[in-house]
Amino acid sequence: MFSNRYIFIYASVMVIIVAAVLSSAATYLKPYQERNIRTEKIMDILKSVKIDADKADAETLYNKYIVEELALNTAGDAISIYKNQGFEKGDLRPFDIKLKTELKKKQFLDAGKKADGEPAFPMYICKHDNKTFYIIPLRGKGLWGPIWGNIALEDDFKTVYGVTFGHKGETPGLGAEIATLAFQDQFVGKTVFDDNYKFTSIDVVKGGIATMPADQQIHGVDAISGGTITSHAVASMIRDCLSNYEAYIKKQVK
Amino acid sequence: MSEAVKRKEPLFSPRNKKLIFNPLSKENPITVQVLGICSALAVTAKLEPAFVMSISVMAVLAAANVIISMLRNTIPSRIRIIVQLVIVAALVILVDQVLKAFAYDVSKQLSVFVGLIITNCILMGRLEAFAMGNKPWPAFLDGIGNAMGYAWILITIAFFRELFGSGTVWNYPVMENLGLYDLGYKNNGFMILPPMALIVVGIIIWIQRSRDKELVEEK
Repeated sequence: MFSNRYIFIYASVMVIIVAAVLSSAATYLKPYQERNIRTEKIMDILKSVKIDADKADAETLYNKYIVEELALNTAGDAISIYKNQGFEKGDLRPFDIKLKTELKKKQFLDAGKKADGEPAFPMYICKHDNKTFYIIPLRGKGLWGPIWGNIALEDDFKTVYGVTFGHKGETPGLGAEIATLAFQDQFVGKTVFDDNYKFTSIDVVKGGIATMPADQQIHGVDAISGGTITSHAVASMIRDCLSNYEAYIKKQVK
Repeated sequence: MSEAVKRKEPLFSPRNKKLIFNPLSKENPITVQVLGICSALAVTAKLEPAFVMSISVMAVLAAANVIISMLRNTIPSRIRIIVQLVIVAALVILVDQVLKAFAYDVSKQLSVFVGLIITNCILMGRLEAFAMGNKPWPAFLDGIGNAMGYAWILITIAFFRELFGSGTVWNYPVMENLGLYDLGYKNNGFMILPPMALIVVGIIIWIQRSRDKELVEEK
């Protein structure tokens, strides 16, 4: 038999050793993990303009095709411009902006509460095949966890060129279908503004776009059967995120 | 057994060999003991995650067995389950972190299931039943053996599910290259869903028992 004293000491020593091992492993592996996350982000951005990158060439392709990164405030002014590996204005690298934090700031300000500074939203400008695309990152709440994505607009700022969606843990076979090409391809060619540049966003319609008026169908896609909540989440994610760029886009098209 | 006799025992004595080979068939953790079924259903839609899962379980099980076996005389029996859990949990977190750093795609596919190795009954079962009462070397062999028993079942299930469900083997499009799609063959979407894994396990158990009558319970 062991005494209580022995048991307590044994447990404490064991926990301390385990904690030390785990925290040193986490510290040592962190740079590798962050590089993976960064590469994935780059690959997602490139995928929205239909550039297939793999782990090895993601960084090179990104530098080649993404010619400019902007950080925009809600008034539509660029507070930071990152171009040719250097800052043209400001000192906030748009790529490093954490959309989650910025959306939270916006939400706080909208609710009349104090936020930790003015929100800044990133936009990536891509030149590919002699065309210019504007890539806007998205982030929102799904059914079980966060969902995110990128939406690439053509140079009229309203036609969708491509989208990507990702999710943390939506239901496989139902909500998780947002990550499939079949769902994402529906967005191509749809518009987020009407002809008078009134913001319409793109709705994800339960029952299918056939239920919409014919002239509205250009602003809608079919929802996923059995994935209603995730479908709605995608629609509100697109609406919430794009609305932050409305001011900037209106300035551009005038 | 006296100290002298023990020392003479070769590394791969018949007794030690049994520790490795019995879990492959007669004492298989999945088909005979019916442990670790949860992950067998979840990660076997494709070969690659099944393989990585097997390797992860093998690393955790062998390491946990050895550590527990080395500590077995110092562990107070009143807190032994907690000690086992802490060690397994620490090893699982390590594996998870390593996968995130060096096999990011696979770690995304396995998502929560790596974390769930902690609750895999095979682990606690082996620690409690074997490592607590045996020396490190046999405990290590026992860990490898049981993980292999788990692994081959997982990989067999994954092979059939991927072949019939997605028409590929390790992402290589077998069915397409055989030209079966042109003949009107279609992938069976049902194979991708977890219930089919249970049916495949059932078939493996059936085959195993019809070949080895010892496993059939007497009524």
